[in-house]
Amino acid sequence: MNSSSSSTRSALPLAPGERLPVSKVLTLSPEALKEIDQLADKFPDRLAATLPALHIAQREFGFVSLEAMKAVAKALDIPEGHVYGVASFYSMYQKHPVGSFHIQVCTNISCALNGAVALLDLVKKKTGISQRGEVSSDGLWSVEEVECLASCGSGPCLQVNHDIYDEFVNEAELDRVLEACRSGQYREWAK
Amino acid sequence: MTSYRQKKDPQSYSFEGFGTPAFPNLMLRGAGNLDNWRLAIYQKEHEGYLGLKRALSMEPSQVIDEMKASGIRGRGGAGFPAGLKWSFMPKDTADKKYTRYLVCNADEGEPGTFKDRSIMEYNPHQLIEGMIIAGFAMQCHMGFIYVRGEFLWLIEKLEAAIEEAKKENLLGQNILGSGFNFDLIVYRGAGAYICGEETALLNSLEGRRGEPRIKPPFPASKGAFGQPTTINNVETLAAAAPILRMGGAEYAKIGTPKNTGTRIFCVSGHVQRPGLYELPLGVPLITLVKDLAGGTPNGKKIKAIIPGGASSAVFTESDFDCPLDFDTIRDRGSMAGSGGIIVIDEDTCMVQVCLRLIRFYAHESCGQCTPCREGCNWMEMILTRIENGEGRLEDLETLKSMTPRIAGKTLCALGDAACGPMDSILGKFRDEFIHHIEHKKCPKPSCQLVTYSH
Ligand SMILES: Cc1cc2nc3c(=O)[nH]c(=O)nc-3n(C[C@H](O)[C@H](O)[C@H](O)COP(=O)(O)O)c2cc1C
Ligand code: FES
Repeated sequence: MNSSSSSTRSALPLAPGERLPVSKVLTLSPEALKEIDQLADKFPDRLAATLPALHIAQREFGFVSLEAMKAVAKALDIPEGHVYGVASFYSMYQKHPVGSFHIQVCTNISCALNGAVALLDLVKKKTGISQRGEVSSDGLWSVEEVECLASCGSGPCLQVNHDIYDEFVNEAELDRVLEACRSGQYREWAK
Repeated sequence: MTSYRQKKDPQSYSFEGFGTPAFPNLMLRGAGNLDNWRLAIYQKEHEGYLGLKRALSMEPSQVIDEMKASGIRGRGGAGFPAGLKWSFMPKDTADKKYTRYLVCNADEGEPGTFKDRSIMEYNPHQLIEGMIIAGFAMQCHMGFIYVRGEFLWLIEKLEAAIEEAKKENLLGQNILGSGFNFDLIVYRGAGAYICGEETALLNSLEGRRGEPRIKPPFPASKGAFGQPTTINNVETLAAAAPILRMGGAEYAKIGTPKNTGTRIFCVSGHVQRPGLYELPLGVPLITLVKDLAGGTPNGKKIKAIIPGGASSAVFTESDFDCPLDFDTIRDRGSMAGSGGIIVIDEDTCMVQVCLRLIRFYAHESCGQCTPCREGCNWMEMILTRIENGEGRLEDLETLKSMTPRIAGKTLCALGDAACGPMDSILGKFRDEFIHHIEHKKCPKPSCQLVTYSH
């Protein structure tokens, strides 16, 4: 098997002996707990709040660490195993720390036909990132190859954090995006 | 309202004749204008909520009859008649009362598809109106909009639109004095293509892993939270607004007799003017690709066109004249799917196209069913080997023998979706596969569709 697939695959399951990274934050803030509680009341069943609660936890913890999963389980009073199962299923819950600007490049077919593979290489070169899970030493960048973002008519495209997409990204446009990140025009991850 | 960067969407929406009776504009009104989402504009300029007002003056069963009369078929993938689907929902009887749910599938993940996004971006109120109509017709009192996690800025917009609707008593209790109550909740996914499959979506909505369920029971009898549920695509639900406004019979005059109405086609790949084009069903594929989207940017020949999203079998030249309707596309061995049209020019390596698509399915398989989980992975590995010049001739027989063991053998249609492109590309471009194997390399090194395949 070639080495590329691992870059699109999730960080789980872990290799023998490997541990999930520990987050700096270890508990949910009182505001987050309140938000989760209100969410849970909105749905016919508390369990339904698992996904939204994990989004909140990701915002609070910076990524979905094991501690984040446990905090969600406790907040919703549901089994930790369930939360781990959900967190590991969905690719948007980052199981490793990411940079202040997490750049997600679509390399699916329509974008690929318009140069997404070269764009991904360029993003990696300019940020100094070689693979998923890596964060640049200044903490600014991380890069992830993602599947179709539903922006195929304006490919190649990328998404910085969870903000609106950047479309028709060529080298000049990429430079503009990176500069906008550096100069604080783009929202930072989890802010 | 939003803290997100605002940006002008460069995609094409309009063409000569669009908005005239020959090419009605029902789904893209005001698209391109970033303020268009507001209730005031929707009501003032786009006949907003007139369909709802008409629906509320009717019996719920009459609303379903209007949908049936419109002939509209689901825009999410399978093309199932929406009116019929709505009629499957159980009705209350003297001794049994149901809690029914309506779910909107806004997971939009099929590669090549980007239309639901434009509806939510420019006309969220049309979706809301359509959902209230659907809710009233099926007597649901709660609706969920399941939006893919990446669309966070659209979720903010949708929620703002919902707030506007609540203020005007278009949502909530006793809507417009009709006695009907209906609420909407937006639910954010977290990155999984499989959650577009309706039962996987239901599991995800319940806070679980997005794994498809065994059917039966079908969602109409046991869906979200164990209750009767109807799931429709964004475009299908949004179309209910114009259908109820103009009447089902009038809507049915658009398109062809068995393929009525307009739909939003998404054109991407090697074309001059990629973007969204709303057309009546039945317009020839080549008219859309050449006349509207301008053909390839540099006059290169078109080698293949994917007519209905990544899961549909590819068309080659002899099928480029195919009318874009559900039945003809199916009769020619592909599917209308999600309306995603991907154009591929002559300088493209089809082995790479195949590998790129199969890698997607291998990556997105939920892993429950062995044929899909293992099959897609094996196809990816074999295709990688062929692309890298390490293939063997017997690989082609192996690939061919795999699809019948995946298609129809799994809980959901993700495995089948992988087989459409696999079979058609191998069948129609066998010579390219053989060339890779015999010459031990890709004949088009400048074509790069797959990360690190060389
Ligand atoms: C793997 C897979 C992915 C799907 N993804 C979507 C999707 O992103 N959006 C969608 O509307 N339907 C999707 N569907 C189809 C849905 O299961 C369902 O048929 C559709 O939402 C019904 O809506 P409609 O009747 O209005 O077309 C998918 C199906 C499969 C098998
Ligand atoms: S293929 Fe890149 S956004 Fe769809």
